[in-house]
Amino acid sequence: MSIDEKTVAKVAKLARIALPEERLAPMTHELNDILNWVEQLQEVDVEGVEAMASCVDAVLPLRKDALAQDETGGGQPEAVTKNAPRTEDHFFVVPKVVE
Amino acid sequence: MTDIPELTLAKLRDALRAKDVSAAEAAEAYLDRAEGASALNAFLRIDRERTMAAAKASDEKLARGEGGALEGVPLGIKDLFCTKDVETTAASRILQSFVPPYESTVTANLARDGAVSLGKLNLDEFAMGSSNETSAYGPVINPWRRTGKDDKLSPGGSSGGSSAAVAAHLCAGATATDTGGSIRQPAALTGTVGVKPTYGRCSRWGIVAFASSLDQAGPIARHVRDSAILLRSMAGHDPKDSTSINAPVPDFEAVLDRGVKGLKIGIPEEYRLDGMPEEIEALWRQGEAWLRDAGAEVREVSLPLTKYALPVYYIVAPAEASSNLARYDGVKYGMRIEDRDIQEMYAKTRAEGFGAEVQRRILIGTYVLSAGYYDAYYLRAQKVRKKIADEMNAVFEDVDLLLTPSAPSAAFGLGEKTDDPIQMYLNDVFTVTANLAGNPGISVPAGLDGQGLPLGLQLLARPMDEETMFRGAYALEQAAGFTARPGQWW
Repeated sequence: MSIDEKTVAKVAKLARIALPEERLAPMTHELNDILNWVEQLQEVDVEGVEAMASCVDAVLPLRKDALAQDETGGGQPEAVTKNAPRTEDHFFVVPKVVE
Repeated sequence: MTDIPELTLAKLRDALRAKDVSAAEAAEAYLDRAEGASALNAFLRIDRERTMAAAKASDEKLARGEGGALEGVPLGIKDLFCTKDVETTAASRILQSFVPPYESTVTANLARDGAVSLGKLNLDEFAMGSSNETSAYGPVINPWRRTGKDDKLSPGGSSGGSSAAVAAHLCAGATATDTGGSIRQPAALTGTVGVKPTYGRCSRWGIVAFASSLDQAGPIARHVRDSAILLRSMAGHDPKDSTSINAPVPDFEAVLDRGVKGLKIGIPEEYRLDGMPEEIEALWRQGEAWLRDAGAEVREVSLPLTKYALPVYYIVAPAEASSNLARYDGVKYGMRIEDRDIQEMYAKTRAEGFGAEVQRRILIGTYVLSAGYYDAYYLRAQKVRKKIADEMNAVFEDVDLLLTPSAPSAAFGLGEKTDDPIQMYLNDVFTVTANLAGNPGISVPAGLDGQGLPLGLQLLARPMDEETMFRGAYALEQAAGFTARPGQWW
């Protein structure tokens, strides 16, 4: 399988990365090199093999349904927003989304 | 007076405890060296004031006899670990000026045990790279040079700041992370010891995420004992990371002397690559002989799926990365390129903020996860991963350790591999399987090549069996007697 420029442009849009026109051809070439190389996985017989997502047991531990008292807990709007490029009264400010 | 940066981490720890040296003296000695080594570009940030304050607090604890396991030991911290109130960039423009309001569990564990941070170390952007050349802050320069030459060599990656700083004695040890080989390969290229523990041994909480099912923190140090001491402090169960393993952390240092008598060591025949330098092949044979002479039983084993490990990695890791890096949107933290349209704002911010390799991996990851391609690429890769892990586990029913080279070449020149991503990816050919399957691995410096550059040997062990891994590594270190070090040209 190889990927064409149209698909690369679509993937870049999905990934929210602006890809200038002049980068489209080289990027398509680079991605194809990688995809051609991983193509060898098609040789492996994976019939009936379960997909592996993690090296550790997939049973997620449960915790108490209570507000954490450490830095992962709530009530810290200052800490949560202090690194944001634009804020107002502890809200993240973004360009207008709805007309 | 003691030349502190010449001491091993273990000896420095003992000298601090015996009050032969003070934590302030140790911090000052290392700060002087680190500040004098800007030509290596290993440190992104050094904060003398903060370091000295921490060292003085350590001296007070030591005076009261309340010193922790690493009290007063100066360390470098890879800039992928979030450090409270200290800028953390992952060597990316998109995270410039990000100041975490929290501390990663691993660095908090080190601080609990009294370690003193000297500052933050350079790395490949978001830990994506094998040469440290993808850093937005420029590459780290390997302190090692080819005999009689002055070409700039790569210290490996992604933990290139960590490996170079340890090799150049700019810190007593360093934290690092390994997603496909990012601790062990740079250790091999700089004559240092690098440990990737079992997946889940160290908490990932507060480490900037790359590929969450593969990322694991570990130490880089100059000696096996030093790395064992560091890992014990870094590791441990953490409720804040659901993949963190709830098991006691052994005293790794205590088992080093137990030797390898009676251990079964496997030599995977598929790791003998075409075109691998003869010197690496010879060193590998030498490693076999060293372990056999120390009483281990060495046998050939077969891992036929080995060649598929890197292709699996280059689907799974970018897929996870594309998802993890979706959080950098110019809204919550980091840089933003303004636009009146929010979609344009996202796209411009990410185009400007991410470097070329990171963009490439996000696009690959987005593609293999997208409708119509998910089954053919991502699901298939996860299935092959399962087969590779099963094959690895089966081999460990017959042997206790695997011995392999750490990297397919010695340190290479800056710019030598940047034009061909796949050539760069092949650096991890010996290390990546341990990430896919979750096994612990260690790289030990074992010799020099004909150009005077260090080469490493890798030992892999069963999951949660770092103790056997450290026994083997210590035996290798003792036999190799590697004492070479780079001349100080910087």
